[in-house]
Amino acid sequence: MLSRTADNLYWLARYLERAETAARFLAVGGRIALLPNVGQGNRAEWDALLLATGTADAFRQKYGEAVQRNLESHLFFDHDNPSSVANCITRARENGRIVRTALTTQVWDALNTAYQELRELERQPRSELSLTRLTDWTMRAAALVRGAIDATQLRNDGYDFLHIGYHLERGDSTARLLDVKYYVLLPRIEFVGSGLDNYQWTTLLRALSVHRAFHWAYGGEVTAAKIAHFLILNRQCPRALISCVDGVNHHLDRLARGYGRSTPAQTAARGLLAELADASPEQIFDEGLHEFLTRFIRDMTALGGRIGDSYLIGDLR
Amino acid sequence: MSDFFNEMFQSGSVRPPYARLEDWVSAMPAALRSLKQAEAEALFRRIGITFAVYGEGGDPDRLIPFDMFPRVFSAMEWHRLERGVKQRARALNAFLADVYGRAEIIKAGRIPGHLVWGNEAFEKAVVGFLPPKSVFSHVVGIDLVRTGPDTFFVLEDNCRTPSGVSYMLENREIMMRMFPELFQQNRIEPVEQYPELLRRTLASVAPHKCEGDPCVVILTPGHYNSAYYEHSFLADLMGVELVEGQDLFVDGEFVWMRTTEGPRRVDVIYRRVDDAFLDPLCFRPDSMLGVPGLMDVYRSGGVSICSAPGAGVADDKAVYTHVPEMVRFYLGEEPILQNVPTWQCAKPDERRHVLENLSEMVVKEVHGSGGYGMLVGPKATREQIDAFRSRITAAPHNYIAQPTLALSTVPTFVEEGIAPRHVDLRPYCLVGERIELVPGGLTRVALTEGSLVVNSSQGGGVKDTWVLAG
Repeated sequence: MLSRTADNLYWLARYLERAETAARFLAVGGRIALLPNVGQGNRAEWDALLLATGTADAFRQKYGEAVQRNLESHLFFDHDNPSSVANCITRARENGRIVRTALTTQVWDALNTAYQELRELERQPRSELSLTRLTDWTMRAAALVRGAIDATQLRNDGYDFLHIGYHLERGDSTARLLDVKYYVLLPRIEFVGSGLDNYQWTTLLRALSVHRAFHWAYGGEVTAAKIAHFLILNRQCPRALISCVDGVNHHLDRLARGYGRSTPAQTAARGLLAELADASPEQIFDEGLHEFLTRFIRDMTALGGRIGDSYLIGDLR
Repeated sequence: MSDFFNEMFQSGSVRPPYARLEDWVSAMPAALRSLKQAEAEALFRRIGITFAVYGEGGDPDRLIPFDMFPRVFSAMEWHRLERGVKQRARALNAFLADVYGRAEIIKAGRIPGHLVWGNEAFEKAVVGFLPPKSVFSHVVGIDLVRTGPDTFFVLEDNCRTPSGVSYMLENREIMMRMFPELFQQNRIEPVEQYPELLRRTLASVAPHKCEGDPCVVILTPGHYNSAYYEHSFLADLMGVELVEGQDLFVDGEFVWMRTTEGPRRVDVIYRRVDDAFLDPLCFRPDSMLGVPGLMDVYRSGGVSICSAPGAGVADDKAVYTHVPEMVRFYLGEEPILQNVPTWQCAKPDERRHVLENLSEMVVKEVHGSGGYGMLVGPKATREQIDAFRSRITAAPHNYIAQPTLALSTVPTFVEEGIAPRHVDLRPYCLVGERIELVPGGLTRVALTEGSLVVNSSQGGGVKDTWVLAG
C-alpha cells in the first residue's frame, strides 16, 4: 500500500482516539467538579486536567480562568486547540477523505456522519448543550467508526495501520488520564499509594468506561495499587497500557509476516512490551507514578517515530 | 420558449423515449417530490460527492444540484451520437500523432501551422515521440448541444482530462436507489462498466518496457483539488492506487511509487494534473505536484502518461474550427457531428462581423473554461457588451464568437412542478487499443429559467442520462 495511505489511516485512527480522549478528560473534570469541595473550589482539578492534556499554556493565554465553560470551549469546540474534539474529528475526516479508496462505504459513512453532526452541534446555542451530551456524543461517534472498521474493513495492511494508530494513541491517552490523578491527588511523592480519595479514583475508572470491569476483576476496596495494576499491567483491561502495547505489537507482527520482513519498529515495540510484562505496581510506585508515566509517554512517542520511519514515509528500500 | 426544442413534449404530445416518465411524474405529489429531493441530497452528502471549492469562504464542500428528472435518448438517437463521437475521437488522436510527427495536415495546407506550433498547449518536449498505440488522448470528453430532433452540435472537445464522469456514475446509482420502479419499467442501458473499461483502456497502452500485468495509477493534484472526489472515486472502482506527485519518484529507467513494502514500479499514469505540473525538470520548475525526471522516463518508453503530454493542442478553441477538416483529412469520412459556426476575432473580417452582432452572440476566451470570461449576448446588459467590445478590440486573438444556439430543453423539477430547462451533454469516449463509449454521459442543466449557461460554477445542475435499449 502507498506509504501516504498508510500514514493517513494511522492518523485517522489516532485523531479519533484523541477526540475520545478529549471527551474523557471533560468527563473526568465534570465529574470531579461535582464533588463537595473546600477552599479554592474546583480550580485545582481543572488545572490538573489542563496540565495532563499538555495544553495548559495555550489555554491560559486564550481563556485565562479555568472554569467549566472555558474548559468545554477549549476541549470540545476550539479549532485552535489541536487536541480538541472538534479539531480531531475534522482532521480524522480529512484524513479519511484523502484515503476514501482505502475505506469501506460504512466506515466513510460513519466518519462523515460524525463530521456532519459535529457541524450541527457547532451551530447550536451552547446553553442547549450539556457537558454529558458532548462527551456521550463524542464517544458514540468514535465507537460507530470503530465498529464499522471492525465489521467491514478488509483484514489487510490498512487494517493494521488503523489499529496501530488506535493502540498507540490509546496507550498515550490512558497514561495521560492516569497522570491527571497524579496531579490532583498526589502532588507530593509521599502521598503515593495512601488510598486517599476513592471517589476520585472511581471517577477515573468511569471516564475510561472500565468502572464495572474493575469490580469484576478485583472486587472489594478501590486502592491506588489495584487501579495502577488494572490500568497499567492487566491485559484484561482494554485500555491498560500493556494491552495497548500488546495491540501495537500484534499488528506490527502481522505487518512483518505479511511483508516478509521485520523493521526497527518491531524491535522497539517488543522491548516496550517486555518491560511492562516484567513490571509490578510496587516497582512503578517506587519509581514514582508520574515519572513512570512520563517515561512511558516518551517511549510511545519514540515508537511512533520508528513506525513512521519504517512504513509511513516511504524511504524504505 | 417555443423556439427551443423540448426533448419531452412536442406540439402537445410526448416523444416516445419519455413516454413512461409522464405517468411517473404525474403520479408524484409535491410532498413526495420534495421528500425525494431531500433524500437525494442527503445521499450525495453522505457518500461525500461534493465539489470542493476552497478559498472562497462558506461551505468548502458544495453539492452540485441534482435534478431527479432524467434525460432520455432512444437507441436510434444514441447510435448516431455514438458513431459521431467515436469518429471525432479518432480524428483528434490522428491529428495529435500527426502534428507531433510529420505534420502532414499542415503541409497539405488544411490547418495553418501557427495555430499548432504557436499554441501554448503545443509541447515541444514531445515532438517526434509517438505514444503506445499512437494514442494521445485516452479519454475524450465531447461537449454536445442539441437544437432539434436530429441536430447536434459539438460545443467543444476536451482531450486532456475531462472531469465529471463520477457524476454520470453516481447520478445513476442514486436514481436506481430512489426509483427502482423506473428501471423495471424502462429498459435502460447500464453505465457502471465505465471504470473497468477505463482500466482496460489504460492497461492497453502500457509502455513497451512493461512486462506482465501493467501497474496503473491515477495521479491527482491532491485533496484540495475540486475534482479530488472524482479521482478517488475512480481509483476505488478501478482498483488502482491514487497517487500524488510526492508518492512517485524516478530511479534509473523507471517511475516508482513509495509503498509500505518499499518501491513499486508504475507503468501507466492516468494523470489528472496539467502538463505544466508533471515534471519540474521539464516544465514549471516551481511545481510541487509533479515528479522530477518523469518526462525522461516517458520519452524512453519506461512509463505511459494518459492523456499524453501535449494532447491539449487538439482541444484548443482556435483549433476546434478545423476538426471537421481533420475528419476528412485523416479518416476520409464526412463528419457526423457538426461544429458550431465559429468566428475568429483574430481575423479582421470575422472580427467586424462579431463586433457588429455582439448582442446576438456568445463570445468565449480562447483559453477560458468553466463558463468564466464568457459573454452571452442576448442575456447581457449594454455595459457588459461594451466591456466585451473593448476587450475584443484590445486582444482579438484571445476571443472567438459563436451564434447563440437554441439549446434543447428537458423537463426539470422546479418549485411549481416541472418546467423546461436548457441542457448539454458530455459523453466520455475511451481510446486505447479499442474505442469504447458507454451509453450515457453527463447531462448538465441550467437551473435558472431561461439561462443557457450549464456550468456548475455558474449555477448549473446535473441529471441522470438514459439511453434506452433498442
